[in-house]
Amino acid sequence: MKITLLYFGRPAEKLGIHQESVEVPDTLQTLHELAAWLGQRGEAWAHELTESRVQFARNQTLVARNTPFAAADEIAVFSPISGG
Amino acid sequence: MSIAVQHDDFDFAAEYAALRNRHRETGAIVSFVGLVRDFSDAQTVQHIELEHYPGMCENVLAQLVEEATERWQLLGARIVHRIGKLHPGDQIVLVLAAAPHRADAFSACEFMIDALKTRAPFWKKQTTTHGSEWLATKTSDQQRAARWNPEDRT
Repeated sequence: MKITLLYFGRPAEKLGIHQESVEVPDTLQTLHELAAWLGQRGEAWAHELTESRVQFARNQTLVARNTPFAAADEIAVFSPISGG
Repeated sequence: MSIAVQHDDFDFAAEYAALRNRHRETGAIVSFVGLVRDFSDAQTVQHIELEHYPGMCENVLAQLVEEATERWQLLGARIVHRIGKLHPGDQIVLVLAAAPHRADAFSACEFMIDALKTRAPFWKKQTTTHGSEWLATKTSDQQRAARWNPEDRT
């Protein structure tokens, strides 16, 4: 399935990427599994996408790591938010 | 619009006047302005860079105004948040709440800034004399925001 990935904050800076359209295996069900799959891209990816370092938004709503995702979703991966 | 995300600085007096002139029933306006501090953990801050998630961020801020309006008796509210490169002393965020009475204005203003800290997708990179780091919402900020959850209220 094809999804859009957006990166903000620390992972965007450290991995040098802000947005990509990716074909991911249909076997992936949750954002946790997606993060683990992206972590296979290399050491920096595995390090930056470690559980304690990132949060997720699915279609512009903050969600937990165990949230399922689907084709055509917009998934954002980012370091903990800090506004104000 | 009751919310704005912008690079430019905001004019407090103009924002206040706009809200003040909106309703004759307004009896109280409470404001909060957040500034860039010039120190953090005893290190001198040189500048911060603020990034946001376009679309989602504006939606969350509008949602906060909507929630505050549902929860308290308000006549108007406004949130302005800056993005980009800011320096110590610069204004970062403005929250205004107008109500017939002060109790509603105080509570609504405090709720909006507390909830903004934990729900609005902004990221802050701070550069000090010791280097750069991405800041996370503090535990104290999370505790302040949690006070407003309906199930936690007494």
